[in-house]
Amino acid sequence: MTTEFKDSIETALHNPNLTGALGRFSEAYRISRAKAYEGIDFEAVRDRIAEVKGNASSRFEELAEQFKANAERRGAKVFRTSDPAEVKRYILDLAKAQNVQAVVKSKSMASEEIHLNKAFEQAGIQVDETDLGEWIIQLAHQTPSHMVMPAIHMTKEEVAEVFSQEVEAGQAPDIPKLVKFARGKLRPKFLAADMGITGANIAVAETGSLVIITNEGNARLVTTLPRIHVAIVGIEKLVAQVADIDPILTALPRSATGQLLTSYVSMLSGQVPNTDGSPKDLHIILMDNHRSDMVKDPKFKEALQCIRCATCLNVCPVFRLVGGHVFGKTYTGGIGTILTAWFDELKKSEDIQGLCIQCGSCVPVCPGKIDIPGLILELRRRLVVEQGQSLAMKAIFGVVNNRRLFHSMLRMASVTQKPFKQGRFIRHLPLFLSDMTDFRSLPAIAPEPFRDKIKAIAQPKQAEKVVFYAGCLIDFAYPETGTALVKILNKAGIEVVFPEDQTCCGAPARYSGAYEVAAQNARDNIKALLETDATYVVSACPTCTVALKHDFLDTFKTLGITDALGEAQRLSDRTIDFSSLVKKLVDEGRLTFKEGQHLGKITYHDSCHLKRTLKATDEPRELLQKAGHEIAEMYECDTCCGMAGSYSLKLPEISAPILERKLKNIKDTGADKVVMDCPGCVMQIRGGLDKDGSPIQVEHTAERLEDRFE
Amino acid sequence: MSTTFEAFETRAAAVSAEVHRFASRHEALAFIEGFLREVGVSETPGSGAVWVEGSFLEGIGSAHVASQVPGVSFEVTREAAAVAKVGISQLDWAIAGTGTLVQDATAVEKRLVSTLPPIHLAVIGTERILADFNSVLQRLQPEQINYIAFITGPSRTADIERVLTIGVHGPERLIVVVVDDFEKVTA
Repeated sequence: MTTEFKDSIETALHNPNLTGALGRFSEAYRISRAKAYEGIDFEAVRDRIAEVKGNASSRFEELAEQFKANAERRGAKVFRTSDPAEVKRYILDLAKAQNVQAVVKSKSMASEEIHLNKAFEQAGIQVDETDLGEWIIQLAHQTPSHMVMPAIHMTKEEVAEVFSQEVEAGQAPDIPKLVKFARGKLRPKFLAADMGITGANIAVAETGSLVIITNEGNARLVTTLPRIHVAIVGIEKLVAQVADIDPILTALPRSATGQLLTSYVSMLSGQVPNTDGSPKDLHIILMDNHRSDMVKDPKFKEALQCIRCATCLNVCPVFRLVGGHVFGKTYTGGIGTILTAWFDELKKSEDIQGLCIQCGSCVPVCPGKIDIPGLILELRRRLVVEQGQSLAMKAIFGVVNNRRLFHSMLRMASVTQKPFKQGRFIRHLPLFLSDMTDFRSLPAIAPEPFRDKIKAIAQPKQAEKVVFYAGCLIDFAYPETGTALVKILNKAGIEVVFPEDQTCCGAPARYSGAYEVAAQNARDNIKALLETDATYVVSACPTCTVALKHDFLDTFKTLGITDALGEAQRLSDRTIDFSSLVKKLVDEGRLTFKEGQHLGKITYHDSCHLKRTLKATDEPRELLQKAGHEIAEMYECDTCCGMAGSYSLKLPEISAPILERKLKNIKDTGADKVVMDCPGCVMQIRGGLDKDGSPIQVEHTAERLEDRFE
Repeated sequence: MSTTFEAFETRAAAVSAEVHRFASRHEALAFIEGFLREVGVSETPGSGAVWVEGSFLEGIGSAHVASQVPGVSFEVTREAAAVAKVGISQLDWAIAGTGTLVQDATAVEKRLVSTLPPIHLAVIGTERILADFNSVLQRLQPEQINYIAFITGPSRTADIERVLTIGVHGPERLIVVVVDDFEKVTA
């Protein structure tokens, strides 16, 4: 990561206005979104959007031509281009030919994408943004930090200062007054402008219609008062027919602002009369700018299903800390990272793709059904392919890919860590490593890894065998979790087999874009784990479970590896996470809880992969309740703890405040124990509570359940 | 019909529109005239009202209204609308599910009176309230109409600190006058 980028993160994190505003917004947003969708089948709506927009993007060329023909039949002039420079040239030539002195704009991300205002200014033409947020950032000489609320990063005091400096001195930080002031100052500009510029939210091919969605009413003025109207429309806004508007119009206001509908929706189809009775000079620019390249890319085509609602920004635990400006000048947040890589260039996403913590929060709420973290991971992979892995990462993966070397180094570490070890923790590391222990303690490497421990466990021989995949953390830091798992499965009459040759699940490599390394990890593990004839392969680490169940297959497919797919599928079918397996055994009557236990109040933290990929949220809760616990749910129980594998090493400055929030939510429940299913989360949360000196105990569900069965 | 009206009223009120229902056009007109006087519509510059004539005034006549409330003009121009206090127009359809008014706004006068003045007063027949967006689109066909306007409450913004503020560039008040004995749906 560049120093400049790291600095921009640092600046954002130290801006209390920004983090305060975004933090409060993210909390309010969840509630208003949920309320807006009451009585609506969100899954059905987004299925429709994905279908409508997916079909449209497969037919861009055809739909663009159909749109052009229909709009032109109704008096519009339609200009198609793939080049942003040509868009600017077209508009400036038109402005000159029509003697345009002043331009008013309603909000258009496409115009931000091509930096149109700058072109006007260079040509000496007065251009004014009229969307309040856009006007504020134009006056402040900034770029939008959010697709829906461009000035969300600014306080009323900052807005008052900008107005006072740039427009008229003496403006007070009073929101209604500031809004009135904007109305008063912009009204004459609407009336005086010769040209109005808008974007469009939807373009309908069969009728040549543009659908423009706003709340302020500025787009209605922009399309009514000036004699010329220019609409800049990205071709991804095209849909085939009028009926396709419905699902988008259902989702966009609800997802963007928690409204059932915005104040204004305008459907413009061709020329309308000007205020002097003359027909409006209407120009529609259909801009490609790499969108049709995206269509040709089987992975990234789905990103064109985006309706620009910014939900992925609003629910992102990282965005709410750093805001939009660290992402760049136009599109921000998760989808912005992807659009920047395509509309600008892949290299531009090099730093910002690293901001994605891969928690998956945006996936279930995206109206376009876009796998945003999956696509960001794909960017990461392509960057590694294009630019190579850093030397440090190469060295690490060289080790990870050699199980014997990797494991012997971990064993060695349990000796060399001695000077830093205090009980089960490493609380301080020297020099550059100190970032890792500034905000949380790290677990000490266990003196005896699980792979040694299991040999000493006397298991009764059973006909039914289950293979245990421990993963590095349980094997080398938390062997007690593995021991608990063995004890529980033994009670169900199952013998646990631990294949010695199992190695790292490849997640660290994969999440760093090193797919070749991940593929080798996958091959080694498949071989080791399928050797035994077992009912299940169980893991008590959700990230490892996801690797075994989904990632091995995806890694192979992405790399075009076909010979290992069958085996990978067999492993996938057999793989199950700890809580789901135990729940199954309880349901089948093979495990019985001790009766009449009153074990007190605990709280439960949902790990990202368990909740959003493996969809196991009820299973661990049900087990813990049946064991005799009362669960006091914490606020944002399913928000990432900030660990995310190596993320907390690469971006500790972001990981730390995410953890801090999680710890506060845990403490607020008043529970003296917090339970979770992921050893990575255990490491992060236990380390954070230890640093805090908090007496709250952190346990893996397996440990909590260890002695709860008959 | 009345449940549709109630749904519309609830949704429209939730987005700060002010909904009034009357049995007849005459009762509605009496309300409108009273309202215009109440908000101070007069011949004083900057206090006028601009009214786009429609079937609502059939048999009543604009001259009658103008004589009752001085300051009401039926000559809708850009200049008049820009300084008017109230804009009045007839809307074609409404959507109960979202509290939305819908209009063929191709005629520029209709857009001027609903965008420029700080108050927009919209008149609509009770039977014109339909359940949802699609029902309206089937009747107001975009293949034939060049500007369809959907209006849901007054103009609003939350662009500064996400604080909802009513009345940015469009009207800060939206008065909806729903009339039972008017614009029956025959088709």
